[in-house]
Amino acid sequence: MEPLHINGQQIALDPEGYLQNLADWSPEVARQLAHAEGIELQDEHWEIIELLRDFYAEYQLSPAMRILVKQTGIRYGKEKGNSMHLLRLFPGSPAKLASKLAGLPKPSNCL
Amino acid sequence: MSTPDKQLLVVVGAGPHNATRARDALDLVLTSAAFEIGVGILFRDDAVYQLLPQQQADAIDAKSLAANLQALPLYDVEQLYAPRSALEARGLDPDNLLLPVQLLDDNATAALLHSYGQILSF
Amino acid sequence: MILHTVNRAPGSHAALQQCIQALSGPAALLLIEDGVYGATPAFTRLFHRLDGTVHCYVLAADLQARGIDALVDGRFQVIDDAAFVQLSLDCDKMVAWY
Repeated sequence: MEPLHINGQQIALDPEGYLQNLADWSPEVARQLAHAEGIELQDEHWEIIELLRDFYAEYQLSPAMRILVKQTGIRYGKEKGNSMHLLRLFPGSPAKLASKLAGLPKPSNCL
Repeated sequence: MSTPDKQLLVVVGAGPHNATRARDALDLVLTSAAFEIGVGILFRDDAVYQLLPQQQADAIDAKSLAANLQALPLYDVEQLYAPRSALEARGLDPDNLLLPVQLLDDNATAALLHSYGQILSF
Repeated sequence: MILHTVNRAPGSHAALQQCIQALSGPAALLLIEDGVYGATPAFTRLFHRLDGTVHCYVLAADLQARGIDALVDGRFQVIDDAAFVQLSLDCDKMVAWY
């Protein structure tokens, strides 16, 4: 996919729009990736992005949907720990889309 | 969670940095768990080395399998087994492992294989 | 001098045993990759037949990656990648056991 341009720097993406180098991530990268998906990031999006980045730092995995739902509930409460909340924030395939915006690899064990 | 006779046992025999065997096994486990298929892991032979704490995969520019393994409880994968003989033969301390595993004597290992509905080996 | 390298774990492969059986000094024996598990105390008995003319080395990065750097038997000298290169230059022949 076409690279992003941020502050004169070129950020390479793979054919599905995930970062080629995970170290390239910054909040601005997330904003631009989200924009390309038609999403303007709000606080509730950032909560999930933060959770995913912490999860990856500890386990070096992009969590599958079921695990993302569970971890969201543990961290942010029951009213957010459900697939409806995540689907509203990241329509379509929340685990994949949120991982993309958080600068993680595509979840490998997720449909 | 389904009864054991409907569950999957993944048997892995490779150490953490032996080609991709250990990683392939773990990928299958995580995928099964993500789809709520009950799954257990038997760490046999060199695979008990996967359970050592303090592995620093970045020393050889590898991805940390140990970090991935620590996510198993989050995926509700808690049926983890190792033959006591495999640890003893390698001089490993069962009280100093990354994850809690059930130690099996050789008869119990054989019985474990009978108790699962499906078995896949790596 | 011959440099022997072993890259298989002794608990499930015969490479280390076969190497030691075929070894006589002066020689250097270097454990690399999964071979480094051979430097842990559980396998010291395999080395008893070696005398002082066989120098035993083990590669630091492979120990660290496997979390066993604190378990290395006193017989071994832990070396880094640069010392591995130097060792292979100092030896006129190399035999890889795998």
